[in-house]
Amino acid sequence: MKNLRNKILSLALIGIMCASPVAFAANNITVKGSDTIVILGQRWAELYMKNNPDVSIQVTGGGSGTGIAALINGTTDIANASRPIKEKEIQQAKSAGYYPAEFKVGMDSIAVVVNKDNPVQSLTMKQLMGIYTGRINNWKDVGGNNAEIIRYSRESNSGTYAFFKELVLKNQDFAADCQTVPGTSASVNAISKDANGIAYGGVAYFLNQPNLKILPIKKDDKSQAVSPLNVEGKADYEAAWSGHYPIARYLYMYTGFKPKGKIKEYLSWILSPEGQKIVEEVGYIPLKVK
Amino acid sequence: MTDITQELTRKNHHPAEWLIEKALFISGIASIVFISLIFLFLFKEGMLTFKSVSPLDLIGKWVYDPYDEKNIFKVMWQSVSEVPKYSIVPLVCGSFLVAFPATVISSVFGIGCGIYLSEIASARVRETLKPTLELLAGIPSVVIGFLMLAVVATFVQDLFHTKFRLNAFVGALGVSLVTFPIIVTLVEEALRAIPKELRDASYALGATKWQTIWKTVVPAAVSGISAAVLLGFGRALGETMIVLMATGNAALVTLDMFSSVRTMTANIAAEMGEVVQGSEHYYVLFLVGAILFTMTFVLNICSEVVINKMRRKLRM
Repeated sequence: MKNLRNKILSLALIGIMCASPVAFAANNITVKGSDTIVILGQRWAELYMKNNPDVSIQVTGGGSGTGIAALINGTTDIANASRPIKEKEIQQAKSAGYYPAEFKVGMDSIAVVVNKDNPVQSLTMKQLMGIYTGRINNWKDVGGNNAEIIRYSRESNSGTYAFFKELVLKNQDFAADCQTVPGTSASVNAISKDANGIAYGGVAYFLNQPNLKILPIKKDDKSQAVSPLNVEGKADYEAAWSGHYPIARYLYMYTGFKPKGKIKEYLSWILSPEGQKIVEEVGYIPLKVK
Repeated sequence: MTDITQELTRKNHHPAEWLIEKALFISGIASIVFISLIFLFLFKEGMLTFKSVSPLDLIGKWVYDPYDEKNIFKVMWQSVSEVPKYSIVPLVCGSFLVAFPATVISSVFGIGCGIYLSEIASARVRETLKPTLELLAGIPSVVIGFLMLAVVATFVQDLFHTKFRLNAFVGALGVSLVTFPIIVTLVEEALRAIPKELRDASYALGATKWQTIWKTVVPAAVSGISAAVLLGFGRALGETMIVLMATGNAALVTLDMFSSVRTMTANIAAEMGEVVQGSEHYYVLFLVGAILFTMTFVLNICSEVVINKMRRKLRM
């Protein structure tokens, strides 16, 4: 029987070790969160690991809310988020013993897309709110065909969802018939097949999609419609930096504590010109150089 | 006494034997233990919902609408919001709108296929059909979901001119592919359990093959067939991946089969990743899980009762 007890003890020990890999491998950095940043995060990690073979970085997606929840639950070192952390989440983190530190690592414009055959040329922020809260239901009310609007949204764990809800919907509820698709690339697929659909998402995902049309957005009735793209069909940096394009946001990384060691080195590399160049390559907007 | 009988009558003569016996016993009752633990855990976590959410909130919530400037009773699921709304009505609607048509479709074909396999098919045909069915049962549901999403959805929209490209019917078609092999297998088993004497007696009275099947065998197995349908329905309620991919996941309160729906399973799968452990939203998701579990549990019990009834009838 003593033998059995020893076995159980050692099994329990293995269990504990598996549950807290962070504590046992200092050179292992786990990054989790926003699906918007996951491609960017992976490119960063690949290049960084190539230059620093002693560090291993794992990047997974799941959504900004998922990443921050993982930070609070202690299962990730860095949380990617495409929205700032909420006051409620800071409180939850504190009661779990964490003090989240925030890093702005890039910018992104949220593009609104429709099918290429949709005649609508631009939308105002108010029309966009009307569409997504369910008050505008037909394309003819915003200058399009007489056809019902099919709304595509994101799951509630998406940072894009939270950002859109706050900035465009002014925190009102989405219409109940908003379909949710898992990920922005699924929206691309949906809109290219749905002539009356509308969707939103990070602009990088919608570049060079022949079946989609990215709509310019007007702040209000009087202002000019601004496209998130420049004349070359790439993301327009100035429009996002200046706030000229109304639906642009920062991308964030959060750590549980003030970062030190390998994590600190990694984050400062991301903010360096080398790291910011990758932001550009992936299709997002680098931070404005001061 | 000889050595061997001595050996046999001595109890627990070796500790290893005792251990193996106990281990087998534990494996034997494992399913009971697992089910009770899951049950306990789901309900314990689910019940914590009511710390901060009233039972009425699960139906709907009075919310002030700044646009219409009055309070509105909102029956909606919007878990991430200033005022979270946790109505399970749209989710239950969604689950049934997928599971019910799926069961009807797979029952029509499944019962037919089961009868064919058990009563009509030659041994050679059966040997080809059975492995094919197993192959169908082995297709990962994510593959079926992808097929529905990418191909069948467009086809269904072109055919029925539906508003939503992804809708409950597309999901139901996919789920019926999963429940179909289950129903076929159970129906075939139920028919095979009918004693040969019954068929012989029917033939002896001059009945044709079709009359024997329709008037004797099928009525005798009707409770087994109903049990198969019930079990298929339970499986359809629990299917997740296909509905997550193919139904559009809009939480609408509707009875329209061609509307986009959000099922209980898809809702849990989509939202479980984000929630902070111990938050209100977390407990509500567990409650949804507990409700779903209760539904499938009741369905399984019902089918078990029905099957037992049939066994007793046949023994008489």
